[in-house]
Amino acid sequence: MSILVFIEQRDGKVRSVAREALGEAKRLASTLGGPVTAVYCGASADGLASLGEAGADKVLAATHETFARYDGAGYAAAVAAAVKAVSPKLLLFGASSIGKDLAPRVAAKLGAGLAADCTSLDASGGKLVARRPVMAGKAFERVAFPMAPAMATLRPKVFAPAPPEAGKAANVEALAFDWDATKPRAVVTGTTGATGGKPDLTESEIIVSGGRGLKGPENFSLVEQLADALGATVGASRAVVDAGWRPHGDQVGQTGKTVSPKLYVAVGISGAIQHLAGMSSSRCIVAINKDPDAPIFKVADYGVVGDLFEVVPALTEAIKKLH
Amino acid sequence: MLQVVCIKQVPDTETRVKVAADGRSLDPAGVTLILNPYDEFAVEQALRVKEQLGAGEVVAISLGGAGVQTTLRTALATGADRAIHLKSDVSSPDALAVAKAIADAIRPLEPGIVWLGKQAVDDDGAQVGPMLATLLDRPCVSVVAKFELAGQTAKVEREIEGGREVVEVPLPAVFTTDKGLNEPRYASLKGIMAAKKKPLEERAVDLGPAHLERVAFELPPARKAGRIVGEGAAAIPELVRVLREEAKIL
Repeated sequence: MSILVFIEQRDGKVRSVAREALGEAKRLASTLGGPVTAVYCGASADGLASLGEAGADKVLAATHETFARYDGAGYAAAVAAAVKAVSPKLLLFGASSIGKDLAPRVAAKLGAGLAADCTSLDASGGKLVARRPVMAGKAFERVAFPMAPAMATLRPKVFAPAPPEAGKAANVEALAFDWDATKPRAVVTGTTGATGGKPDLTESEIIVSGGRGLKGPENFSLVEQLADALGATVGASRAVVDAGWRPHGDQVGQTGKTVSPKLYVAVGISGAIQHLAGMSSSRCIVAINKDPDAPIFKVADYGVVGDLFEVVPALTEAIKKLH
Repeated sequence: MLQVVCIKQVPDTETRVKVAADGRSLDPAGVTLILNPYDEFAVEQALRVKEQLGAGEVVAISLGGAGVQTTLRTALATGADRAIHLKSDVSSPDALAVAKAIADAIRPLEPGIVWLGKQAVDDDGAQVGPMLATLLDRPCVSVVAKFELAGQTAKVEREIEGGREVVEVPLPAVFTTDKGLNEPRYASLKGIMAAKKKPLEERAVDLGPAHLERVAFELPPARKAGRIVGEGAAAIPELVRVLREEAKIL
């Protein structure tokens, strides 16, 4: 019995979350057994054999002219058809914007239990147990799956893609599925507000976030310059988003985005419990704040107490000198 | 048009987490329960659509124990017309069980729009909305950041990585709401008084077999203690050094 992995694409390119899910599927296959099968939804099946290098043994390709863009009902019909074809014991998706919308639809079709935004999967005890953050990471729950298939979406940037198997070609098959595109459906007509090529906060490796210590929106240029030097994405605390200095999409925290970068630099952020909840799974946290008692220093790995208007430019310069 | 808003009562985001004695749940002692913050945007948008259309009904529905009636009354006080309490004492029911119970309750109402907050801040699952839409066989758009209704077509924007998608959706449909979609109104004193007289119907539900089994509820692993590396700009050389040599990040 397979492990089935949903392969997300954008503009025909396979996204990193899909490779991360394939990597985890491959690792689990060594305990759970079974081939790793991928199910892909897109406009064309070109180039999919190369998913073999990322860990897929077989690829079921669901192609449809409307699938260039995400269609929840259509993709769900395709994935359900793949499940019927291979009867997997486990079905994985990345917990991306598409994955978080698609996986529940598939779970409802299958009558299966879905663990969302998991940070680890463990098959060692004989049964599969998923671990996932709840309450914005202030707690974790571990869940088991009484029904088959077990379904999970995996938090981006937590799981590693499989070490590439150069030259391995996956066996690609067309997948027939039952879906009526003429029925009333939500149609994506375009995109807007493009953030210009930088990765989304939820998928960023390095993040520099600014808070009220910056005193005004114009001072965010300090954060942006540090972010540029580090190749980082810019985030924000709720206080500065509510004040209108930064858009809501930049907010890190319980009612913003939950992030898991390898480096999180908090500039002028005091560290309210809701902010910490959004970034506490960062691998390394650096805090810069003039208040030595700021709660952020309790979670930071490294702290600098000082005036951010002096410290941040100095850090930016030092980073630039490294390159 | 009849609109349904699905709401959930959750622990306040200020809650400091303590694990209950059973090791599988949050210790409820001292926890304040509130309307899920994302659901406020759902209630508000339903009210705005009702105002735009000049007619129609907004029905609030929530699944949970007796205590959720407080949250349903909040929705009524803000402007919902009536409420349905699906009474279940199951602790942390799985999303599919919840979606099935709600689908069965609201299907006969034939809602033009079903609203939910994008996720509950206790479970962070973001599952019930798309599940409900699938069970009702309706189009669904999740994480809606902008909403306009023209006739029977909604034009919405949904947050995705790196921007937003613009989506056109024929009604009837299901939407889950993101923060920033609108500015939720507060209940007026008049609204609070009126809420006491609005219909709140209680129905016992049997959730059936669980689709997920929670085996543990635990605190996050403790982070290794950090340290202050220095003060002011003078600390920068040491900070860079530790990031390179200890954390091996730069």
